[in-house]
Amino acid sequence: MNTTTLQSPATTTPSSRPPIGSSRRRGVPSPSIIGKIVVLAVATFLTLGPVIWTLWTSLTPQVAGTDRTDFGLSAYLDVFNQVDMALLVWNSALVTGLCAFGQMFTAALAGYTFAKIDFRGSRALFAIVLATMMVPMQVTIVPVFMLIRGMGLSDTLLALILPAIPTAFGTFLMRQYFLGLPAELAEAAAIDGASPFRTFVSVYAPLAMPGLAIVGILAFNYHWNEFFRPLIMTISEQNFTLPLGLVSLQGNLGTGSVSTVLAGVVLSMIPALIVFVFGQRPLREGLTAGTSK
Amino acid sequence: MTVTAPTRPQLEPTAAPHAVTGRRATRARKLMAGAFLAPTVIGITLFTLVPIVASILLAFFRWDIISSPKFVGVDNFVEMGTDPTVRVAFLNTIGFVIVAVTLQLAVALGLAVFVQSKMPSWLRTFFRSALFFPLILSAASVSLVMAYLFNQDFGLVNAALALIGLPAVPWLTSPGGAMVVVILVYVWQNFGFSFLLFVGGLASIPKDVYEASSIDGVTGWRQFRNITLPLVSPTLLVASVMAIISALQIFDQPYVLTRGGPGDSTRTAVMVIFESAFQQLQFGRASAIGIVLTLLIMGVTALQFRLSRRFVFYQ
Repeated sequence: MNTTTLQSPATTTPSSRPPIGSSRRRGVPSPSIIGKIVVLAVATFLTLGPVIWTLWTSLTPQVAGTDRTDFGLSAYLDVFNQVDMALLVWNSALVTGLCAFGQMFTAALAGYTFAKIDFRGSRALFAIVLATMMVPMQVTIVPVFMLIRGMGLSDTLLALILPAIPTAFGTFLMRQYFLGLPAELAEAAAIDGASPFRTFVSVYAPLAMPGLAIVGILAFNYHWNEFFRPLIMTISEQNFTLPLGLVSLQGNLGTGSVSTVLAGVVLSMIPALIVFVFGQRPLREGLTAGTSK
Repeated sequence: MTVTAPTRPQLEPTAAPHAVTGRRATRARKLMAGAFLAPTVIGITLFTLVPIVASILLAFFRWDIISSPKFVGVDNFVEMGTDPTVRVAFLNTIGFVIVAVTLQLAVALGLAVFVQSKMPSWLRTFFRSALFFPLILSAASVSLVMAYLFNQDFGLVNAALALIGLPAVPWLTSPGGAMVVVILVYVWQNFGFSFLLFVGGLASIPKDVYEASSIDGVTGWRQFRNITLPLVSPTLLVASVMAIISALQIFDQPYVLTRGGPGDSTRTAVMVIFESAFQQLQFGRASAIGIVLTLLIMGVTALQFRLSRRFVFYQ
């Protein structure tokens, strides 16, 4: 409030200000601010509009033979009838869950080691791990595919999970997080006779939970939505994940029922939406982590 | 310093037993370091480092998995230059990156500047959240939805155009239209990331700079050009580097929206890698294209950092 009253005389130049007085001075928005809010509102409408349209269309399926659209859940029933939606959800949940958990686990261990244990070659090793972040997936996908084939894992969900568990970005993030925790904690634990392992498990790991939440949420968001790798690694429909299943559902139906496909899309959005609502802050922090100077 | 110095010798007599536990602890810690790093280091070696080397080697071979690999030297790279599909795919990708990234950064920066202006904090929070929302959705699902919205016959976009008396546009069935949709869908989903970066960057600009400039009568567009832009330039560098790296790897949107068509009009570099490897079983060729794409990404990033020395202003 204070800054508003301080700044408004300067930003809204004298000429256009009607001399009405008190209510104006208390911070009734100036025309330029209203213009900006209108632009932001239009942008928000364009951003959320397609999502709302998706939800609306999925709830008003076209009934065959009539022009009338009925409000109802029949499109959702259709999704479950026409594709094995339960299986798609299960596959996606399994892959996403194991990737997220695996990444949290390995990143916590590696991040802690790089941050808190001094050993020869530590810096060089960390630099190599970090450098792999810059290699796009498309370069390694062919050899990874062959490796998976060689391991006898092609067309299994493990083909999606195993290569995704070691995470350079997660390691980087957790290293930063552990660096931020004071070294005095380890000294105190050592004086109390705790082993290095015990120090990690009882002292540092619990404190690193917020950092781990970021790793987990990002992994969840990424793998729940992933399309490229599942498209390559899975062949049979019983190994499809949701995004892949939905795209093939659209292919099956052709120009058929839009509502059915959109019902599937809405179902696939629900977990992402839950993460968005409850994990917005960690999500934002995770996305922009390591980007500041 | 003068206080702690005399205490040091005092500690030395008791240092002996400590040293023993200390050494043992070091060994235990080294063991732990090894065990803790093993999953990540082995995993990254197996699934990233070895594949990088394998990919470079593979690029010099012709291999279809079935017959044994045949060394062909730089043939795969030479063929890329002569194969019209690959050439068009790279040109499409570069054109896409230029337009999409420019649009993405402009929209993101503009909206970030607007969202930083005076308004009730609940409204700011609402805008900030809503504008990065598409980022959490799957590109495949988003593209499915957008394919319906941009459908020539029953899509909402053409219905809206009809309302203002414009003819239906063959969005996804004409080469130009399809690329426009791919760009719009990509920017729609991804501008939120740059937006988040800019909101952070703008928030770190001290308020008194604006107050001082306002008092001097510098407002609006001039304030943006002469004050905001230079001060946000470090963020602009990071945002543009990240936006370009991710845009160069575009695949999901054109694959779901158009499968690369009509013709080759929305075929991208990654799509050609995918098709070469997993549809035509030309693994060597796919590797070669992947390497060229990586060199392109690295080259553009290096160039950006070089250019940035002239344009980025650090406080």
